[in-house]
Amino acid sequence: MSGKDLRILSERFGRNDGHKLAVYEQEGGYKALRMVLGGMKPAEVREVVKDSGLRGRGGAGFPTGVKWGFVPADADDVYFMVNADESEPGTFKDRYLLDYDPHQTIEGTIISCFAVNAKLAFIYIRGEFGWLIDRVEKAVEEAYAAGFLGKNILGSGYDLDMIVHKGAGAYICGEETGLINSVEGLKGQPRIKPPFPAVSGFLDKPTIVNNVESVAAVPWIMNNGSAAYAAIGTEKSCGTKLWSVSGPVKKPGVFEVPLGIPFREFFNDYLGGMVDGEELKAVIVGGSSVPVLPAAEIMNCNLDYESLASAGTMLGSGGMILISDRSDMVELIQVLMHFYFDESCGQCTPCREGTGWLHKIVKRLRSGAGTPDDLELLEHVCNGMAGLTICPLADAAVMPMMSFLEKFRPEFEALIQETAPAAPTARWPRGEQE
Amino acid sequence: MNRPVENQAAFALSPETTARIDRIVERYPTKASALMPCIWAITDELNHVPPGGVDFLVAKLEVTKARVYEVLSFYTMYRTEPQAEHVLQVCHNISCHIMGARNVIAQMEKRLGIRMGETTPDGKFGLEGAECLGACGHGPVVQLGKHLYEYLDTAKVDDLLENLRKGTVPRADTDRELEA
Repeated sequence: MSGKDLRILSERFGRNDGHKLAVYEQEGGYKALRMVLGGMKPAEVREVVKDSGLRGRGGAGFPTGVKWGFVPADADDVYFMVNADESEPGTFKDRYLLDYDPHQTIEGTIISCFAVNAKLAFIYIRGEFGWLIDRVEKAVEEAYAAGFLGKNILGSGYDLDMIVHKGAGAYICGEETGLINSVEGLKGQPRIKPPFPAVSGFLDKPTIVNNVESVAAVPWIMNNGSAAYAAIGTEKSCGTKLWSVSGPVKKPGVFEVPLGIPFREFFNDYLGGMVDGEELKAVIVGGSSVPVLPAAEIMNCNLDYESLASAGTMLGSGGMILISDRSDMVELIQVLMHFYFDESCGQCTPCREGTGWLHKIVKRLRSGAGTPDDLELLEHVCNGMAGLTICPLADAAVMPMMSFLEKFRPEFEALIQETAPAAPTARWPRGEQE
Repeated sequence: MNRPVENQAAFALSPETTARIDRIVERYPTKASALMPCIWAITDELNHVPPGGVDFLVAKLEVTKARVYEVLSFYTMYRTEPQAEHVLQVCHNISCHIMGARNVIAQMEKRLGIRMGETTPDGKFGLEGAECLGACGHGPVVQLGKHLYEYLDTAKVDDLLENLRKGTVPRADTDRELEA
């Protein structure tokens, strides 16, 4: 199937009327919900989504239907949370979904809630998306007024309430247990797993947390069937993916393409290549937390979970950051290490201290005061962080740090050999704000 | 750092905010879980949460003062001190950085005569760095209130600041023309 005419999630992107309930319904919206509530059983809905091969689009790529299946069958208090805390640097697709087409996500959420027998759903939107919160709140009101939410939805006897929960600036709340704590009115610090949220989450009750893009695909899957969805993409990476594209390319933005298309085709046909005068140097393909790949290594790669894993990186959230030959890789890793240091929740020592050390060492390198031992020291600190913390934030810092160091080592070494430290310092205009 | 002097008057909320908080508490499964939206309700009226607001939340939601303060201090968007009239938060993360956030920040510092993290002496402008604002393909970006100004360059910065000085808030890039 050609990617250019396949719009499962992005049908209403770029339009100024897609936010309206009437428009969404005219174009087939809430048809899937009517069908589901018109006689399907929750287990049947779970089965369809499981068979479709839909995998969590927030970053982990875990099969959505399988996750739903972890909710104990006899549970009565089940909660559902849509993760719209979109904060992974490079990622801005959920913003498009909620801005251009809020009802698609709302319908997907209602169906997903029915599938796990949830009675209350939260849509957790990051606090910086102020205008989106208004947009989604209005759409939720419309859905209540139309009888898609509240008591006895469409006469089915199924009840569901939906609350739009506004975040307040914390990257860590995108981690599902951090998000749950945040909705409980706590600091957004992650919890130790197990127990997994599907068994014990919000208020110690079974809780499913799904990314916006995952639930937004559910209405299409119900309307068209699991086989139709599974037929798109590759055998193990089914369906389409939204790629958020940033950096000096001719056409940045959000693109929906089937999983598995070659990077080269995506880069040339969709992004139009780099802006004139700049050459592609490296790509961070799945959001800032995944390992960077030099241009030569990604050029022959396909864009699906398995191909990217075998190339040594991850599909992640699909936040694709393209880096040109004008960028200094050590400068970019300093920006990223500042971010992880700033966003570490402070709960686990290896992450709280390690992210700070990584940032300080990179900063020292760039100031011209680095020593030949610093590169080994960076690796040593990374080894003391990876896999040793409650949540993956430490790994999220280590993966870019180690890959930048491995793939672009000469740029780090050049800083140590340089005798004149003035130049790199002058290129850092933000001052001593940390 | 220059900040407006805090108003020490007794803490009071408008009937609208009080009613909004009552509705929030009714909807959330437990009183404690309503803490974040209640902080937002107070912030929307007063632009920060003063000490009296903390006491109000302690009584209303039956949580400890420590709990309210730990939440207020954990999340970067919550404030316990009055904020400038216009808080400009410039993204300095990787995508915006690649696309020229440094120049945008430098231009703002130059035009406002303050450094990142400072407020102008008249309390009109605050300038802050922000981590990724979720507008990576539209960078560089600055957040002002509920909206984002995108695709910034020095000319657009000048235009934005000039308008704000004159008391007009230009239409933001995220404030799209929508069909009613």
